[in-house]
Amino acid sequence: MKRILLSAVIMLLATATAHAAGFDETINTATAPIAAWVGKIVFFKIPVFGAQLPLVVLWLVVGAVFFTFYMGFINIRGFKHAIELVRGDYANPKDAGEVSHFQALATAVSGTVGIGNIGGVAVAVTVGGPGATFWLIMAGFLGMSTKFVECTLGVKYRNENPDGSVSGGPMYYLRKGFSERGMEGLGKFLGMFYAIGIFIGALGIGNMFQSNQAYVQLNNVAGGGLDGLGWLVGLIMAGIVFLVIVGGIKSIARVTEKIVPFMAIFYCVFALIVIFMNAEVIPQAIANIFAGAWTGEGVAGGALGALIIGFQRAVFSNEAGIGSASIAHSAVRTNEPITEGTVSLLEPFIDTIVICTITALVIGTTAAADPNFAGDAKGIAMTSAAFERQISWFPIPLAFAGVLFAFSTMISWSYYGLKGWTYIFGESMRGQTIYKLIFCAFVMLGCIVQLGPILDISDALVFLICVPNILGLYVLAPIVKRELNSYLARIESGEIKRFKGG
Amino acid sequence: MSNTFLVAVDGSEGSVRAADFATERALASKSKLVLAYVIEWSPYSFHTPDELAERHKRREEEIERAQSTVLAPVSKSVKDKGVEVEVVVHHGHPSETLVDLAKDRGATQIFIGRKGQSRVASLLFGSVAGSLVQTSPVPVTVVP
Repeated sequence: MKRILLSAVIMLLATATAHAAGFDETINTATAPIAAWVGKIVFFKIPVFGAQLPLVVLWLVVGAVFFTFYMGFINIRGFKHAIELVRGDYANPKDAGEVSHFQALATAVSGTVGIGNIGGVAVAVTVGGPGATFWLIMAGFLGMSTKFVECTLGVKYRNENPDGSVSGGPMYYLRKGFSERGMEGLGKFLGMFYAIGIFIGALGIGNMFQSNQAYVQLNNVAGGGLDGLGWLVGLIMAGIVFLVIVGGIKSIARVTEKIVPFMAIFYCVFALIVIFMNAEVIPQAIANIFAGAWTGEGVAGGALGALIIGFQRAVFSNEAGIGSASIAHSAVRTNEPITEGTVSLLEPFIDTIVICTITALVIGTTAAADPNFAGDAKGIAMTSAAFERQISWFPIPLAFAGVLFAFSTMISWSYYGLKGWTYIFGESMRGQTIYKLIFCAFVMLGCIVQLGPILDISDALVFLICVPNILGLYVLAPIVKRELNSYLARIESGEIKRFKGG
Repeated sequence: MSNTFLVAVDGSEGSVRAADFATERALASKSKLVLAYVIEWSPYSFHTPDELAERHKRREEEIERAQSTVLAPVSKSVKDKGVEVEVVVHHGHPSETLVDLAKDRGATQIFIGRKGQSRVASLLFGSVAGSLVQTSPVPVTVVP
């Protein structure tokens, strides 16, 4: 085992140093056609009123709208109960020491709050105009319902391993749920399809994209001093991820998990400061958002174009419909899967409606004050430029926060991908180590290729796994609804006890 | 109806002295002892997905370890002296959990050993005995 590890590390080092200079371009040229090809298939577009509507985005929007109505606006009526659950009002003291609702939520949120909240929003605003922000928020609101359904199912159909640990997620509910409804063959196929998808997606959105953007951030504050040194930054990051997921040095991960929530708060506080420093243009920025949402001025495809971009970025950030968070949520030991679904409502709320909106306002107010603030900066560099305009030193802590966000997202996704892998190849330790090595290699790769092709591939793969996941949610939604009604009735009758508060 | 005494046991020498002292009182008043071990734990801490997935397993291990290495020897010596005894292992905030347990078992007294920490140490790490004295609904005996 040690020998395999060692040789893999040496191999990594060798490829890295040998190609130091021309490596970036080589990889870019190699991946660009793949990106174009994958993108064309996944984002198959149909022209609607002059806009290009990718079918997969339509699939997500329709799903989110359907679940919102079918569950009777659970995203609104479940909100208060979600907070009570997180606070522990319904936690039985006898279960103390098990994973609490708060812990499951915090872990899932650190997985979703990432570079997407800082950089992804900027991408949305660049491509979709200020109006994309409106649709981003709307997508976050509707996504709460999708998240509710998938996380409830994740807990309901998880596997409890003989050693007492748990494995859950879409692949399990697709297989078991479909087989309950007499579609065993289809369930097996979709479960496997999802497992392969989340495994590959974990290498993209949860890995390469994160390390890539972390590198861009670092290079940005270093004033371009890291140009061409992507391989080195990548190697260092891969090394740290290696220590955590292969070396089992949990303390690094634990430190990150502890810092990330504070970073998120720190980010929001500073963002609000920046927004209020431009106080006089806030009304204008908000007006731009609403106007842009319906007119789509200057956006390819008009209002519908802005809508598409908004939804696409929202899913990329809060992961509703992808099913990944249900893997993290399924660890909670509860007799009521509905409670976990309810808690997960808060995730798109925190991630998209709060943090993404704040980022969008930072960019929006800055742009309203000076439309040319960002020059030709895109993605996270644009957000950074918006902050810099008000607080000159802020790009440095922002870069630090960005790197931490990226890191915690990578750790979470390494677990999601691992669950896909073990679903396919079984729970053997040897297989798990091979997976983890592949994961580390991709961390490095992410720093080498540029944003263009990498973002496209990553996007495409993540949207691809929405297809089996949402299909499963439709088929299994009646089961969730039955559980929800029974749960609410038992809360009403007092059969489910409140232990504190109230 | 005999009384119930709650004894906080954490494996330290102080807690063994507290158990001995409580045993004497229990013998004298024909009371029953509840030996409690609290594993410090907060529902509001942050973990990786890996840790969450293994949490249930770890919890069982922690409880098992506390039962066998800390509580079993103390409970045996109490039983040998002829006092009825119950053992509990609970996760949570130490003094809060002890208070909850005392209420739950209807304990009329709590016995706890003290560590004899310096002022700085108890300022930094807090003192279970100290906060228990402040919050307990029943008399607390701190055994030196």
